[in-house]
Amino acid sequence: MNFKHKFVFLFPGLFVLIGILIFPIIFTIRLSLSGWNSYTPEMNFIGITNYIRLFTDDPRFWESFFRLSFLSVSTVILQYIIGFALALMVWKEIKFKRFFRVIFLIPMMTTPVIMTVIWRTFFHESLGPVNDLLGHIGIGPILWLSDPVIAKFTVIIVEVWQWTPFMFLLLLAGLLSLPKEPFLAAAIDGASPFRKFVYVTFPLMAPISIGAIIIRLIEASKIMDTVFVLTSGGPGTATETSSFYIYIKGLREFQMGYAATLSFTYLVIMIISLTIIAKVLTKLMIKE
Amino acid sequence: MEKLYTFLKYTFITLWTVFIVAPFLWAVSTSFKDFQSVNSKVTYIPWLDFEPTLEGWRVLVKSPARGGVDIVEPYFNSIFVTCTASLVSIVLGTLAAYALSRFTFKAGFVRNNDITFFFISQRIMPPIVLSIPFFIFLSTIGLLDSLLGLVVVYIVLLMPIAVWIMVDFFNRVPKELDETALIDGCNPYQAFYKVVLPNSIPGLIVAGMFCIIFGWIDFFFAFILTFTEVQLLPVKVVALNSSITPWWSLSASALISVAPLIIVAFVVERYLSKGNLSGALK
Repeated sequence: MNFKHKFVFLFPGLFVLIGILIFPIIFTIRLSLSGWNSYTPEMNFIGITNYIRLFTDDPRFWESFFRLSFLSVSTVILQYIIGFALALMVWKEIKFKRFFRVIFLIPMMTTPVIMTVIWRTFFHESLGPVNDLLGHIGIGPILWLSDPVIAKFTVIIVEVWQWTPFMFLLLLAGLLSLPKEPFLAAAIDGASPFRKFVYVTFPLMAPISIGAIIIRLIEASKIMDTVFVLTSGGPGTATETSSFYIYIKGLREFQMGYAATLSFTYLVIMIISLTIIAKVLTKLMIKE
Repeated sequence: MEKLYTFLKYTFITLWTVFIVAPFLWAVSTSFKDFQSVNSKVTYIPWLDFEPTLEGWRVLVKSPARGGVDIVEPYFNSIFVTCTASLVSIVLGTLAAYALSRFTFKAGFVRNNDITFFFISQRIMPPIVLSIPFFIFLSTIGLLDSLLGLVVVYIVLLMPIAVWIMVDFFNRVPKELDETALIDGCNPYQAFYKVVLPNSIPGLIVAGMFCIIFGWIDFFFAFILTFTEVQLLPVKVVALNSSITPWWSLSASALISVAPLIIVAFVVERYLSKGNLSGALK
């Protein structure tokens, strides 16, 4: 086909994207080499001082990063298990199939911050329904938002509520597109439902599963909205994730230069670790 | 064994449904409460536990001067930004996806897959990383705190989704379709516009829905990049949260903000059941 047409199709989108992004990225890198803060709001050049500070003198960033890893990996695992189970359950004929499918999809259509505002009243320690109902069966008030350990689980609960539907959607769409023949063969062999799942459904779903997990991990690594509204990173720094820490440094304390250093480092770590995770998952789940 | 499985299945489905519905029920109930029924003790059922009032909903239509919450303007702002950015993303994303699906690109070590990955990888970018430079970028060109500025930023957010869905979709549209059109004397643009596009409507709808969802639910960029001139819905609702617990108007405005997209759930389910989505999402 003619040589130039393909560029007419590709370039508008590509250039708009690059055009919008090129400045922020270069700017972030340049900014990370400066000491821009509220006292000296200027683009001076201080070399890699910020990077030295990050790698030698900022345990809070690394803590927030490990916390983020814990939160995103555990929510995605939960979402995968629950989402897969739900998808399997409404895959074949059951009563009110379409009703349940709609219900299971609804949370991902709702704005996370807005639902988190509701969750906050839901988990309110003295005026919320959860502690009230638990109180009736004799379980003392649980400090959903002010206990450093429990607050993490509250964040996980809200994230699972919000995003399991996305996993469910991707996996159900995958299930519905599977070829019929392997299942017929398994049925003829008289395989039990469990064996059918282990030897037919799961292997067939492996590529889709990997795709879904990676997409969810990417999105989960950006956990920010939920934390912002639910706990504001607290109590203390118990639920502070990397994004939130960068937000505090950059837009609350106006250490723009240092925040840019954090941003850039964080981005590089994210890209590397997601690539590794994708490789490892592919090795684990797809047996040649 | 079979019976036990069925029993467990329905138990699980029921429990999950309760979990999903619970915050909505709580919000509906709270939106009809007044100060007394929120703050004295936890109440659930109107008339039985507390006397319902429409105060929470009435606040939404009152003018701000008389103690109301102006939610109408943010509502329209959100609709405008989401729809404009989605439209631009779909148009540009679909064109790019078509190019990536049909033609071969080669530039040094860069191949089609790398370009596709470049598009999609923009989703990896945490909003916070972009928000500081965007803040300075938009204030330089005078688009800070404006609808247009947000649209520009949202395009970055949404175009990867459009490309992701449409590349996979076009890969499943048989190539013979465009080839026949070309033999019949169409030029590549006509082949795309007259033949491929009409056959891609399910994909376009799915891509459109996803753009609308992810545009509508974004909070962070709107929060950082706008202040007073322009407010989007999520920012407005969260701002209510920081003031002292008027949970009734908070719940009412939250419900009314999430309502429109719940319709999308029905549309998605329709496509899912018809089998159109499977192609578009794989």
